[in-house]
Amino acid sequence: MNSEKSILEANNLQVKRGGVPVLNISYLGIPEGKVLCFIGPNGAGKSSLLLALSCLLKLFRGEIIFRGKRVGSNYTIFDYRRNLSMVFQEPLLFDTTVFENVAAGLRIRGVKQDEVKRVVEEYLERFGICHLANRSARRLSGGEAQRTSLARAFAIRPEIIFLDEPFSSLDPPTRESLMGDLELILRATKTTGIMATHDQMEALRLSDQIAVMNEGKIIQIGSPTEVMNHPVNEFVASFVGTETILTGKVIKRDTGTFSVSVAGRDIEAVGDASPGESVILCIRPENVTISTGSSKEITSARNVFSSVVKRIIPSGTFYKVELDCGFPLVTYVTNNAREDLSMHEGMDVTASFKATAIHVIRKKLLSSSGD
Amino acid sequence: MDIIIEGIKQAFILLFTLDPEVIGITWLSLKVSGIATFISLLIGISVGTMIALTQFPGKRIVISLINTGMGLPPVVVGLFVTIFLWRNGPLGFLDILYTPTAIIVAQTVIATPIVMGISLAAIQHLPANLRLQILALGATRLQMVWILVKEARLPLLAAIMAGFGGVISEVGASIMVGGNIKGYTRVLTTATVMETSKGNFDIAMALSIILLLLAFFINAVLTHVQQRERPR
Repeated sequence: MNSEKSILEANNLQVKRGGVPVLNISYLGIPEGKVLCFIGPNGAGKSSLLLALSCLLKLFRGEIIFRGKRVGSNYTIFDYRRNLSMVFQEPLLFDTTVFENVAAGLRIRGVKQDEVKRVVEEYLERFGICHLANRSARRLSGGEAQRTSLARAFAIRPEIIFLDEPFSSLDPPTRESLMGDLELILRATKTTGIMATHDQMEALRLSDQIAVMNEGKIIQIGSPTEVMNHPVNEFVASFVGTETILTGKVIKRDTGTFSVSVAGRDIEAVGDASPGESVILCIRPENVTISTGSSKEITSARNVFSSVVKRIIPSGTFYKVELDCGFPLVTYVTNNAREDLSMHEGMDVTASFKATAIHVIRKKLLSSSGD
Repeated sequence: MDIIIEGIKQAFILLFTLDPEVIGITWLSLKVSGIATFISLLIGISVGTMIALTQFPGKRIVISLINTGMGLPPVVVGLFVTIFLWRNGPLGFLDILYTPTAIIVAQTVIATPIVMGISLAAIQHLPANLRLQILALGATRLQMVWILVKEARLPLLAAIMAGFGGVISEVGASIMVGGNIKGYTRVLTTATVMETSKGNFDIAMALSIILLLLAFFINAVLTHVQQRERPR
């Protein structure tokens, strides 16, 4: 699927739990230094896949290849595990100080005391928990505990880090700040990241590649915009949401707003971003309004685009409408509105949405690597 | 009422004058029960941990057997240990019946299921993913087991208390396999039984107070350690 060198590959992976197949992956290649996110509903097999790839779960069939070496035959599972680390949804800290928790992986490897001290201090610093070094791990807030868990995982300087829903039990502000730090550290250390999440915003923010899973299979794998905008089937479409996800480059900055060029059209968004920066724009369908080309309505929306109706899909009490404005855009209309506008596929309409209705994800750190 | 006051008075006289016989009996009790508890910790914690960490058919039955063993009546243990150690019994050649060693054996048999049952539960109560987390940190199986035991150290302290408390206060097995021989296999509990049956309530009471103080002291120390470990 990709021509880049894979640090980890899985062939014909099958896992059974209690005799029931929970995982069936024909091939998976994970490019070195990139972040791959598995998204999917609960029970899709994301956690099982992470455990299987880290050889913490017995395979029913299949092979895992790390840097060209087949794990379990000429390369032992134990040796393989020493190249990786894992962060679970629960912090799973040991009943000791924060310092000793972060040191755990190094102590297991028999690293010398002064080296342990140096490395632990470095990672306490990176995760902003230096002041907690001597505190008992039992007396940490959820965010502090997960920071400690991440610092512990990074302190052994793994080649691959597995993250199983690492933010799911945190409140939104805590999640936001921790995600920012994790992103920085992943990029700074060039660690290959493999994450499972059910939150597509997390996936968009952190990943170079997204894989959508369902019933133990990978349904689609690709770049975030590819998966979000070109879902291969109904399941992916419904799971990744009907949101419009666009990638673009910032071209102009004003006070409090900036313009982004997407497929040759300029979209105005609220916030701060510098020209040249890559951003992802998310627009919820309910924030997009459509009017027919003839009606000259005055709108306060900053973004008005003439567009063509590509598809009208009935979804219960409303219709989902896919528009082509040079970039894809999704909106909802009620049955009444559809009849009033006598909407049909191929019709010309005007789509508009406010600058404030756009959710912006800055991918500052990724812009250097290109799209 | 006199009996009680006399008893307490006599007890303190025996204690503070460091009566050699009382000291000897107390020391033997501590030594025998201490060694038995120690051995039961070695067996109980390792086997308990192993059972908790492995999956095998019949695991539930094994666990319920261990839990039953936690309430093993000391006289039953005394009977079977006596039979085994009897001159022409299976282990008769060891020639240790009616020695302190025999009491240690019997008390170990009593304490081991207690320690094993509590250890097993302690390890099982650790979060399920903790084992995976430790392995993912690069630990060998042995390192993983050691870290898990360290994580379960507080409930394991409870196992020590329960094991020691169970054997220091036990009388049935000690009297059967030890024989309550003066100056040799006479421990606090067997001496108390004997003195009571002779009507020497004062001495019996003195021994009982020592027994209570011992149990209290040891548990106080362990409780202190446990509470210091987990400040709230």
